[in-house]
Amino acid sequence: MATTLDSKPKATPGLWARFLDSDIFYSFRRSPLTIAAAVVTVVCFTGALLAPWIAPHNPLDLSSVDLMDAYTPPVWMAEGDARFILGTDDQGRDLLSAIMYGARISLLVGFCSVIFAMALGITLGLVAGYTGGALDSLIMRIADVQLTFPAILIALLIDGIVRAAFPRDLHDQLALYVLIFAIGLSYWVQYARTVRGSTLVEKNREYVQAARVIGVRPVRILFSHILPNVIGPVLVIATINLALAIITEATLSFLGVGMPPTQPSLGTLIRVGNDFLFSGEWWITLFPGAALVIMVLAVNLLGDWLRDALNPKLR
Amino acid sequence: MIAFVIRRLLQSVLVMLVVAFVAFSLFTYVGDPISIMLGQDYTEADRARIAAELGLDRPFFVQFARFVENAVQGEFGLSYRLARPVDELIAERLPATLELSLVAAIFALVVGVPMGVYTGLNRESWLSRVFMTVSLIGVSLPTFLIGILLIFVFAVHLGWLPSFGRGDVVRVGWWSTGLLTVSGLKAVILPAITLGLFQMTLIMRLVRSEMLEVLRTDYIKFARARGLTNRAIHFGHALKNTLVPVITITGLQLGSIIAFSIITETVFQWPGMGLLFIQSVSFADIPVMAAYLCLIAFFFVVINLIVDLLYYVVDPRLRADRGIAGGHTG
Amino acid sequence: MARPPANHPLLEVRDLRVEFPTRRGTLVAVDGISFHIDPGEVLGVVGESGAGKSLTGAAVIGLLEPPGRIAGGEIRFDGRRIDNLPYEQMRRLRGREIGAVFQDPLTSLNPLYTIGRQLTETILTHLDVTPAEARTRAIRLLQDVGIPGAERRFDHYPHQFSGGMRQRVVIALALCANPRLVIADEPTTALDVSIQAQIITLLKRLCREHGTAVMLVTHDMGVIAETADRVAVMYAGRIAEIGPVRDVIKTPKHPYTIGLMGSIPKIDRRDARLTQIDGAMPRLNAIPPGCAFHPRCPRAFDRCRVERPDPIHVDRSRVACWLYDRDDVRMRAVGDE
Repeated sequence: MATTLDSKPKATPGLWARFLDSDIFYSFRRSPLTIAAAVVTVVCFTGALLAPWIAPHNPLDLSSVDLMDAYTPPVWMAEGDARFILGTDDQGRDLLSAIMYGARISLLVGFCSVIFAMALGITLGLVAGYTGGALDSLIMRIADVQLTFPAILIALLIDGIVRAAFPRDLHDQLALYVLIFAIGLSYWVQYARTVRGSTLVEKNREYVQAARVIGVRPVRILFSHILPNVIGPVLVIATINLALAIITEATLSFLGVGMPPTQPSLGTLIRVGNDFLFSGEWWITLFPGAALVIMVLAVNLLGDWLRDALNPKLR
Repeated sequence: MIAFVIRRLLQSVLVMLVVAFVAFSLFTYVGDPISIMLGQDYTEADRARIAAELGLDRPFFVQFARFVENAVQGEFGLSYRLARPVDELIAERLPATLELSLVAAIFALVVGVPMGVYTGLNRESWLSRVFMTVSLIGVSLPTFLIGILLIFVFAVHLGWLPSFGRGDVVRVGWWSTGLLTVSGLKAVILPAITLGLFQMTLIMRLVRSEMLEVLRTDYIKFARARGLTNRAIHFGHALKNTLVPVITITGLQLGSIIAFSIITETVFQWPGMGLLFIQSVSFADIPVMAAYLCLIAFFFVVINLIVDLLYYVVDPRLRADRGIAGGHTG
Repeated sequence: MARPPANHPLLEVRDLRVEFPTRRGTLVAVDGISFHIDPGEVLGVVGESGAGKSLTGAAVIGLLEPPGRIAGGEIRFDGRRIDNLPYEQMRRLRGREIGAVFQDPLTSLNPLYTIGRQLTETILTHLDVTPAEARTRAIRLLQDVGIPGAERRFDHYPHQFSGGMRQRVVIALALCANPRLVIADEPTTALDVSIQAQIITLLKRLCREHGTAVMLVTHDMGVIAETADRVAVMYAGRIAEIGPVRDVIKTPKHPYTIGLMGSIPKIDRRDARLTQIDGAMPRLNAIPPGCAFHPRCPRAFDRCRVERPDPIHVDRSRVACWLYDRDDVRMRAVGDE
C-alpha cells in the first residue's frame, strides 16, 4: 500500500536501521518458515564452503580411505560406527564428508551458472530492449524457440556436443566448466525478458531522451537507471534459478553426463549410490538425496518469500 | 482464421528449419563421421570416396538441403553406436515414450488443475496450505530422486509395483502398447507419477496464481456487483479466463514432458527414446542425437500449433481479424 | 414506476466508518459519515481522490476489498440493516435491489462472453423468467440504453464495442433487474469528454423513468451540478458539507466547498478569477486532529485545531464547520434532518 510505504520516518537513519524497519524485513520476521529456510540455507552453505576444514574426513584423499570400512550403516543402526555418522559408501568413504564435499561442487556449479545466465540475460535483454528492430526480434525469437525446450535438454545437448568435440579424458577435466556453461546457457531467457521489458519502458522516459540530446551516452544511463529498477525481479529469478541450477546439475550428474566420480557432486553420489538401493544399502543414495532436497527446498522457500515480499500485490 | 493458421504454420516451419540447421551443424562440424565409419586405418582415396558417397564434398547449402530432404522422410542415417538405421531405432522406442508421457500428462492435468482452482479460491484454508507446501516440496525434488524414492518405497520395500521396464507389451500394427496388459499398466504407474509430479505442481501453481489474478479484475468485481452466485463467478467467469494462459503453459509443459522423460526413463530403465538419447549422448552418437532433436522439436511445434488453435477457440478477441502474431509464447 | 411512499429513506447511512488495518496502525478511510438517499433521488458524492467516496459506495454494496472493513456505524436499505448481512443474502440484494456502474467500461465486462450472455445471466440470476424472456428483456434493455441494432449486437463480444457503447452495456447490466438504487462510481471518468455528457444524460433519463435512486460518485463538480438533487462533499474520509445541489453550488458554506467552487471556471462571471486551495489533502495516516481541513483553511481558528466539528444545520444544508456553531442554531445532527 502506497501510503504505508511513504510513511517512513523523515530523518534518514542508518542503512541497517532502515533495513530493520523495511517491509521486506517485516515480512521476513513474520514468517517462521522463511526464517527456518534462511537458517538451513546458511548452515548448508557454510557446511559446504568450509568442507575441507570442518568435514570429519577427506573423501578425495584415497590414502585415508579403508575398503574395510565399506558399507558401514549410519551410526544409529546396529552395525554403525561412531567415526561415520551417516555411514560409508561402497569404497569406505565417510558419507557425511562426501556430502559436504559434494554440496560444495553442487553449489559452485549452481552459483557460477546463475551468474553466467544472469550476465548473459541482462546484457542481451538490455541490448534487445534498447536497440529494438531486427536485433531485438532476433534475440527474442531465439529466446522464444529456446523457451520451448526444457533447460535440461539444452544442457544435455551442449554437453553431448562438447563430449563429441573433445577427447574423453579432457572432457572429465573440463566437466565443471562445461556444466556451468551448459546450465547457464539454458537459463538466460527469463532475465533477458524481464530486463528487456523494463528497458522498453525506461527508454522512452524523458530523462533518457534528454540525456541523448545533451550527448550523454544513453547506454550508461540505461545501466544506472534500469538495473536498479529490475534488481528486485532479477533477484527473485536468480534465487529460484539457483535452486533450478542445483537440480539441473544433480540431474545431469545423475544421468552420467555431469561431474565424473573423481570429483563427485551430490548428483554423482546419488547416481553411484543408486546401484546399492536394491541390496539394502539405502543410505548411500538417500542421504545425499536428502541433503540435495533440503538445500533446494530452503533456497526455494527463500525465493518464494522474496517474490511475495517484493510484490505485495500477490500476497 | 485461415490466415492465422497459415501464419502459424509458416512460423512452425521456420522453427523446424532452425532446429534442423542446429542438428545438421552437429552432423557436419562435431566429430568426424568418416573416421568413425572407417575406423583408424584408411587411405586418402577411401576418405574421398566415402566423402563423395555421403555427399560431404558438396557445397554447404546443398548438403543442408539434402539433410532436410532426408529428415522429412525420417532418414537420419546409421547410428554410430548400434550401426542400425536411426529411424528404425526411434520407431521402436517411440511408443514407449509417448505412452508414458500421455499417462503422465493426464495425471498432471487431472490432479493439478482442480488443486490449483481449490487453492486459488480458498487461499486461507489449511488444505490449501498443505497443497502449497506439498507443491513446493514437489518443485524442490529433482525428478530422478522422486523416482528413486518411489522405487525404494513401492518396489523395494512394499514390493507392490515393478521397479523397471514396461511389463508385457502387445503389438497393435507396428505400435507396441503396454496399456492393454495388467503388468504393463502396473509398470507405468511409478514412472508416470515420477514424470508427471513436477508438471502437476507447476500446473497447480499456475492455475492458482492465474485464478488469484483474475479474481482481482474489474469484471469479476462487476460480476459480484451484479449479484451473480459465487458458483457462476468462480467457475463461469474466473475459470474460463484463467484457461487462456493455462492452456498455453500447459501445452508447453506437455511438450517438455516428452523431453523430461529422458530422466524418468533412465531411472526406471524404460525402453523409450529418452533412454536411447542419453545413451547416445554419452557415446557421442551424433545421428541419434540429431534425429531426437528434430523429433522433439517436431512434437513441440505440433503441440504449439494445437495450443494456438485452442487459444483461438477460447478467446473471442483473437477471432476478430487483427494483429495477433506472436506475443503470447511465455 | 410508482412505489408506495415510505416513511423512511431508501438508503440510510449512519456513522459509517471504514478501516484498513496495516502493520503501521489502522488507517481510517471513511470516518463516521452519515447521509441518506430518498427513493428516486440522485445524490452526488464529490471529493478529491482518496477522500473516501468510492469506498463509501463499495461499503454500501458490501464489496469492500479486504483488508478494508466496516468498523462502525450502520447501513439501512429500505429500513433493513444491510451492513451485517451474510454473504448470500447480500448477494441477492446486489444487482436486484442495488445496481452498480464502475469507472472503467473497458475492464468491467468479461472479455470472453458475449454481452448478451452477460445480460441474460444477470437477469436469470435475479428474476424468475425463462431464458427466452430474459433474451427479450435484454434486447429491450440494449435498445433502451441506445445501442443501435441491439438484436444483432446481442451476440457480440465486449471488444467489438467502443468505450462509450460499453459503458451503455454496463448501465444496461446495472439496471437489468430494475434495482431501486444504483451506485455509479465515476461512470464517465474513463470516457472521452464528448461521450461523458451522453452517458450522464442516459443515466439520468433511465433512472428517472424507472424511479431509480442514484448515488453518483465523482470528482467532477460539473457532472454533479447537471445531475444531482443533493450533493455531499467529502474531505479526508468525512462529509464536509451536504445539501441541495443548488445551495451547495450557489452558496457553499464550508471553506473547503467554497475553495472547491472557486476553482471551477464559470462562464457567466467574466471578472471571476479562479482560486485554488493551498496544499493537498492529508494522507490517511496523517489526518490532523480537530477539523481535517484546518491546516489549509483560510478561516481556521483555535477550536478547529483541537475539536472535530459535527455536522451543523445551516439553512437546508449540514456543514461540519465551527464557523457555523452559534448556540441559537446549534443542533447536534446525526442523521436526522
